[in-house]
Amino acid sequence: MKGVPFSGVLRLSRFIIRQDRMRYLWWLVGIIGMTLIVPPAFNELYPTEQDRNIMAETMKNPAMEAMVGPGDLANYTLGAMVSHQMLLMTAIAVAIMNCLLMVRHTRAEEEDGQAELLRSLPIARHSQLLASMFTLFGVNSLLASLIGIGLYSLSFESMGLSGSLIYGASLGAIGLFFAGVTAVCAQLSESSRGAVGLSFTIMISCYVIRSVTEWIPPFGWLTQVQPYSDNNWVPVVGLIGTSILWFVLAVVLQGKRDIGSGFLPSRSGRAHASILLRHPIGLAWRLQRTAFISWSIGMFVLGLSYGSVLGDLDSFFQENDLLASMIVADENSSLTAQFLPTLMAVLAFISTIPALLSIHKVVGEERKSRVEHLLGRAVSRKKLLVSYLVLALFTGFLMLSFSALGLWLAGTTSMEDPFTFPMVWQASIVHFPALVMMIAISICLIGVAQKATGFVWLYLFYGFLTLYLGGLFQFPNWMEKLSPFGFVSKLPIEDMNWLSAGGLLAVAVILLIFGMNRYNNRDIEG
Amino acid sequence: MNVIEMNHVTKVFGKHQALDGLDLAVKSGEVFGFIGPNGAGKSTAIRVLLGMLRTTNGTATIFGKDVWRDAVDIHRRVAYVPGDVNLWPQLTGGEVIDLFASLQGKINEQKREQLLMRFQLDPTKKCRTYSKGNRQKVALVAAFASDAELFLLDEPTSGLDPLMEKVFQQCVEEVKAEGKTVLLSSHILSEVEKLCDRVGIIRQGRLIECGTLNELRHLTRMQLTVATRNPIESLVSWQGVHDVVPTESGWTFHADADEMEAIMQKLSAHGIRKIESASPTLEDLFMRHYEETTESREV
Repeated sequence: MKGVPFSGVLRLSRFIIRQDRMRYLWWLVGIIGMTLIVPPAFNELYPTEQDRNIMAETMKNPAMEAMVGPGDLANYTLGAMVSHQMLLMTAIAVAIMNCLLMVRHTRAEEEDGQAELLRSLPIARHSQLLASMFTLFGVNSLLASLIGIGLYSLSFESMGLSGSLIYGASLGAIGLFFAGVTAVCAQLSESSRGAVGLSFTIMISCYVIRSVTEWIPPFGWLTQVQPYSDNNWVPVVGLIGTSILWFVLAVVLQGKRDIGSGFLPSRSGRAHASILLRHPIGLAWRLQRTAFISWSIGMFVLGLSYGSVLGDLDSFFQENDLLASMIVADENSSLTAQFLPTLMAVLAFISTIPALLSIHKVVGEERKSRVEHLLGRAVSRKKLLVSYLVLALFTGFLMLSFSALGLWLAGTTSMEDPFTFPMVWQASIVHFPALVMMIAISICLIGVAQKATGFVWLYLFYGFLTLYLGGLFQFPNWMEKLSPFGFVSKLPIEDMNWLSAGGLLAVAVILLIFGMNRYNNRDIEG
Repeated sequence: MNVIEMNHVTKVFGKHQALDGLDLAVKSGEVFGFIGPNGAGKSTAIRVLLGMLRTTNGTATIFGKDVWRDAVDIHRRVAYVPGDVNLWPQLTGGEVIDLFASLQGKINEQKREQLLMRFQLDPTKKCRTYSKGNRQKVALVAAFASDAELFLLDEPTSGLDPLMEKVFQQCVEEVKAEGKTVLLSSHILSEVEKLCDRVGIIRQGRLIECGTLNELRHLTRMQLTVATRNPIESLVSWQGVHDVVPTESGWTFHADADEMEAIMQKLSAHGIRKIESASPTLEDLFMRHYEETTESREV
């Protein structure tokens, strides 16, 4: 196969598709479904131009702009509203999909040794990487076309063909961009976890930076597309162009390294284990330490960025009497405080991710046949699972606290009448029972159906959607209540509902006990 | 006294019957060789013994305790080495050994250092840089540095070079000399032949043969090479004679142990000029059992 640098690419692409077709299907169904549900819902809730203009007024504030980006608020048609409020959030889901899939096809295969097997066959060094790129190019193109056609087929007046196509295309382009970023991360880091962590860090930083400065790729470019109003193709082309640069960089980097190695250095270590590393919980901590530290920093920074917006919001309200008169709801709390529960809810959803990752580590370890080293020694399953549980709870609690700390710190320096730390912290930690509930659901899945643990992500996402959209557009109440986050009191504008918090915890404890019991009584795989 | 006892253990995964009424008894202080090809159920049996898998039927005990219910108690006195040792890429070999030792009881520093030296393992390297053989060494050092009374070794040498295999064999002999019990699953038959007191052959989830090597040899065939003064025309059709191959001056064939007397009488009638016999190796035994299955399957 000399002289054929990319031989086997098509075959490998087919192989990847065959392996992961169900995974693609679920991602596509999820993202497309979430996109197509929204326009009819908006149309129902805001049938007239007047309704939409009121919505546009409430969106005219720095906090919302930080979260969803700028929109065509002057001409807030149904299409403009959908693209304003949904495009950036959907783009993040698409980016997550691409990060996870790309790592799965590249670094994870290499880590598990499958890459070595494949590469010993007459296929070229870059073929696997290229096959992954081709496959994800296909997935993103499919996503783009289906969303474009799907939105158009809803046949709303303000959602024409070109707007729908560009909406889909911009999501596909952001997907490709992050597929490219992740392809590079997979060359840098030596482990698949590290690669996922690195690409998520880049993604979150990009999101945060965008809220400060527009026109920074990729999310800054994305929000310039403005489907259904400007229909600006330039940023889409820019995103696709940049993603090609990422891909080229990934191929070049791969050409410079040995299989299994990375560019970020790994140091030689200690000959003896520390005292901490002599207990299952010490091991669990050690395995998650890096991720924990990165997430802590991430949550703190995210809190800071939201907090800095609070100051802008504060001054904005003081200048804008019309808006102030419009949304006064509660005389006891300031206008800015009205926004606190929404910000905290978003931070709480993101804080749940590291907590769930932490508890899922125990199944990951099982799949890699590493728990047998512990269970084969004098460690009971209960002790093992409780170790991971304690760590997950600890992670969730601290993530909520760090994001509150960041928000409070930035708010204090930018607001005229700043919040007290206890108030911010309470508004954040009030989500803890819901977070515990999510962990308990994960434990149940781990005990009953360890292959289906991924479903908890869908559930988390459902909670986010119902709360995020429901809060803005009055979805039926029961839809929110299907997620534990629907039972969280909106501090500080609501009173603390101890009953629902206690109820959540009680149900969580029952689920925990059930899940642990099942885990104790099932086969350990691996 | 039996350290391990499995009575009619079955294990079903979905539709696949991994263990089909497995009976196994390993006596205290012996080295028991557990042989069979991939997929015969060796690892499943060991994972049942470790309490990782729940039996579908039957009972299994170690030290007289139930392997599922009393797993933690049993594991305090057991050392396990899997064939495929997966370790945490970010920990060093030394950290893993210490972790394993402390999860079991206390660390015997002196033994640990000595074993690291014998297996020539650098404990400061991260596990991600270890080859398969080196990862296996980590598990072996942790096992032999422990005070375990029972060693469950599941193809522990599949990645070791011949020198390290030798070190492994010495380690097994040392623990045996201390009166400890070893269950050695392997398909390196020369290793089993060298180390084991008794051998069990597993096929399709059942123990089809079990005993000392000598006992097993009785059940099987002897290889004979003969040269006779008068040519033997009908050798192929003799009772108990198999695999007849002509040589320059006579024949080579396998003879059933229980037909040996009759065969020798017939042979001497042809005037034996030269006779050589070789007792069957474990490999012959093993191959015979498996050839029989393929033959019977073809019929």
